[in-house]
Amino acid sequence: MLNKIFRILTLCRKEMLAILKDPSSRIVLIMPVFLQSLLFGYAATYDLTNAPYAVLDQSRSGASVELLSMLDGTGVFHRVATLENEQQIQDVIDNGEALLVLQFGPDFERNLYAGQAAPLQVILDARNSNSAGSAAADVGAIVASFNQQWRQSQGGSAPALTIETRAWYNPNLETRWFIMPSMIASLAFLQTVMLTALSVAREREQGTFDQLLVTPMSPSEIMVGKAVPPIMIGLVQSTLVMLVTRFWFEVPMAGALLTLYLGLLFFMVSSVGVGLVISALSANMQQAMLYAFMLMMPLMLLSGLATPVRNMPEPIQILTYANPLRFAIDLIQRVYLEGVSIFAVWHDLVPLTVIALITMPWAAWLFRHRLV
Amino acid sequence: MPEAAANAPMTETDHGVAQRRTVGAFLRRLYALTRKEVRQLLRDKSNLSIGLLLPVILMLIFGYGLSLDVRNAPVAVVMEDASPAAMDAISALQLSPYFSPVLVRSMHEANDKMLSREVDAVVRVPSDFSSALAAGQGRLQVIVHGAEASRASIILNYATSALLQQGVRLQDRSGGASGDGIGQVQVDSRLWFNAANTSTWYLVPGLIVLIMTLTGAFLTALVMAREWERGTFEALFVSPVKPVEILLAKIIPYFGVGIIGLTMCLTTARFLFGVPMEGSLLLLLFASVLYLFVALGIGLLISSVTRNQFMASQISLLVSLLPVFMLSGFMFDLRNVPFVINVIGHLFPATHFMALIKTLMLAGNIWPQIILECSILTAYAVLFIGLARLVTRKRLD
Repeated sequence: MLNKIFRILTLCRKEMLAILKDPSSRIVLIMPVFLQSLLFGYAATYDLTNAPYAVLDQSRSGASVELLSMLDGTGVFHRVATLENEQQIQDVIDNGEALLVLQFGPDFERNLYAGQAAPLQVILDARNSNSAGSAAADVGAIVASFNQQWRQSQGGSAPALTIETRAWYNPNLETRWFIMPSMIASLAFLQTVMLTALSVAREREQGTFDQLLVTPMSPSEIMVGKAVPPIMIGLVQSTLVMLVTRFWFEVPMAGALLTLYLGLLFFMVSSVGVGLVISALSANMQQAMLYAFMLMMPLMLLSGLATPVRNMPEPIQILTYANPLRFAIDLIQRVYLEGVSIFAVWHDLVPLTVIALITMPWAAWLFRHRLV
Repeated sequence: MPEAAANAPMTETDHGVAQRRTVGAFLRRLYALTRKEVRQLLRDKSNLSIGLLLPVILMLIFGYGLSLDVRNAPVAVVMEDASPAAMDAISALQLSPYFSPVLVRSMHEANDKMLSREVDAVVRVPSDFSSALAAGQGRLQVIVHGAEASRASIILNYATSALLQQGVRLQDRSGGASGDGIGQVQVDSRLWFNAANTSTWYLVPGLIVLIMTLTGAFLTALVMAREWERGTFEALFVSPVKPVEILLAKIIPYFGVGIIGLTMCLTTARFLFGVPMEGSLLLLLFASVLYLFVALGIGLLISSVTRNQFMASQISLLVSLLPVFMLSGFMFDLRNVPFVINVIGHLFPATHFMALIKTLMLAGNIWPQIILECSILTAYAVLFIGLARLVTRKRLD
């Protein structure tokens, strides 16, 4: 037993050395994760923070000026052009100068005073449908509050219905609060799987795997020895992203650190299992990398990182049950943002365990039975 | 680089003949090398599957799987007041295609459903709702689960505006509000370039950028790095072929794969997902070929610098693929990021191709933008291929 552990530890040490001996590969394992988490923390946002608009005000009235000043007051909208005629609308939208154009007809204020509906034309550049949708919703909300002020200034009654809104776990509904915790899992996932996929394939390509097989080590010992170093590297990478999330972007952490790490450990074991199977199936490094990559693209895309899993059609949602990253992202969100205990995320831990229990023995079996 | 063997019989006098002969030899060697590369590409299934199968998978994922549009979001409705007025107020949710409301008895039950993420939001009708509404002070509460922020804010917006509109309608019916002759602004919004208002239209054109980057930069970097790592370049070196010929022969098959990928993307975008083609198809092809050269240049440069498969794969992932996802305006609008990040985003050629391709497919031929982005792409192509050639030649000597 002691022998067994010693053998595994020796293999772990050798694997660690193989990964870390090269200074450039040390850098490539640490720096990118750090830079990406900073860069993507700023870049990965669906929140509308900057909406340049142009105005075509044919009414030149007090009411239109007041509405526009409410728009400017949000800090999100700012005017980039004041148009003279309708032909110019096309230009400012086409060249991307303005995300939206507000057009007040000549009768805008007259209609308002006459007690009629005063149309406000809003033309949006929907090449990015998400930004256009957010801008439309914001304009709608501003117009609603303008209408309310107008009613009250004209001596009308207050609206009979008000809506109180509240958002749990993310009071200002910032995308960053969602993206950054997800990054804790995804950024580490990418390199961990790649690294694992290369480990056996490299030995195969260099012919040293056959030597390893004739040593007293059993395939399962080899598997453990190959699995532990990438798991540790993955955990270090996750820790880096977590530090950036917590201390640079100051996303408050509601859950316990221990719970988070326990969840991450489950996730790393199952992703390393996936990596090992890929590695055992490939004949050389290039195949291993390409197969790993081919698998990882869909896994990342369908994990809920890019778009919520709930927006996906039913059959694709079922497919995501085989995706470790999907469960890891859900788990980290719950623990990090909602602060739940480990018992509340059992439905994420079970699939992760199942994935690990299938992939690990499969990889060990492949070591012996697939000599390429 | 030693003088090529084919050039040996050249003399000063019959320069024209020699030149013709050199060109002939060049083409012959190029043909032979390219044939070898194509065979190698066809033999290794892993290369081909990245080049051809992955684009198809990505197309399907993007077309069918990914969506930023909310439909049928489950919402728990807590009816603490079951009066007809309360039923009327929340009927707006039942009619909306965006929600599928579930009636629950208590706030406690609704909270449980939120915690287990069975529902995305809770709408609470307080027990005094109908009496308060009659007094002109009706109040509804909307609580949304904020973990998935973008989805949550869309749900919040839709729910609020649906409920408010229904409120106005109720007031009208009871003769309270807009019958009193006070005007109000009515927003009439029009979405240009995306009449269907679906995120598929803006995601799918971006996918072309992704796939071209994949074959151009990632695959090329990997394949070339392998040659360096295995030392097969040195073997080619002692043969009469020149570095340019080696590079060209390596590029041509992947160029072909890139073009096939592009064709597949355009066909599926048009016929499967109905993405329009407002601009000129010819221009789009031209721009794509231009970008393919940029990507190939990046791939060659990375492989020549790293000369190691693992490093090449990691670096091409970092400088070409991840920026396409995160910094090019593919999914996230660069208008919304801090200035510095916006500048960094515009340093990547993918960002320019992304803007161009979205414009060409969704908006049309907007010439000032086309000319600007095409010249930027040309500059990048010249820069990267030139650098790759420089690095390769220097190291081969």
